[in-house]
Amino acid sequence: MTDRRATAQRFIQALPHAAALGLEMEEIGEGRAVLAMPYDPRLIGDPATGVIAGGAVSTLMDTASGAAVMSHPTGPRSTATLDLRIDYMRPATPGQVIRAVAECHHVTRSVAFVRVIACDADESRPVAMGTGAFTLDLGR
Amino acid sequence: MTDPRDLHLAELAASIPYLRFLGLELRRADERLISVLPFQPMLIGNPMLPALHGGVTAALLEVTAIVGLLWQDLASDEGPWNKAAAAARPMPKTIDLTVDYLRPGLARDAFAAARIVRSGRRYASVHVEAWQDDRSRLFAQGTGHFLLREADAA
Repeated sequence: MTDRRATAQRFIQALPHAAALGLEMEEIGEGRAVLAMPYDPRLIGDPATGVIAGGAVSTLMDTASGAAVMSHPTGPRSTATLDLRIDYMRPATPGQVIRAVAECHHVTRSVAFVRVIACDADESRPVAMGTGAFTLDLGR
Repeated sequence: MTDPRDLHLAELAASIPYLRFLGLELRRADERLISVLPFQPMLIGNPMLPALHGGVTAALLEVTAIVGLLWQDLASDEGPWNKAAAAARPMPKTIDLTVDYLRPGLARDAFAAARIVRSGRRYASVHVEAWQDDRSRLFAQGTGHFLLREADAA
């Protein structure tokens, strides 16, 4: 598992924009990924409150979702987002890490379906939830 | 002679750290607002193609919708430009955003424009389109709902 996590972290580091956001892979495997985004003042969307921009949260959730698809036991060669819908329930608390948990809950030969949830330190009240459809290239 | 609204757009873009992080610019063209995202390597999500990160595309659409809502009010203001009033407008809050990825965003400049489908007292529904070289060849589109102001306290 540690090897796989190290591999996954290298994978994230190889994505320039994920690296720019400082995303950290915490868990990955079996179609599930946990990705963390440290609080960073460069990502503030509302200077009056210090709340992180929705776009940065979207990027975290999209990246976690893609990683979940890539870790599916069917062994996809590549994936791309077809559609992603995100509901923003509340602003993330400034200063806290935002963590996305993505689960690839169903795959067909060509499509992967993902649920993703983003939380800050208060995990009982999600910041955002999303559902996505991703392309799936099984190389067969 | 610079239109004061252009100055305000420039100040708005400069005042939001995340827009500076992305390098996003706001421009006025024929009374419409266009977001311009100049290409830079850090926007890449898929280094193999290479393609823009899907999150960057979502961010471009969301920011364009939000600024489009702010702009709608500014553009319809009558009388002399009131910078203080413009700056005091609350930032619309994203309720939800659905992004339709039509083709990979290529390693070049990207543009987006918002169409406000419905804007009421509290809620707005906005459609946003994003393109690169050819305005009619979209690489992504999105629809979002935004909260313009909270319900009055009872």
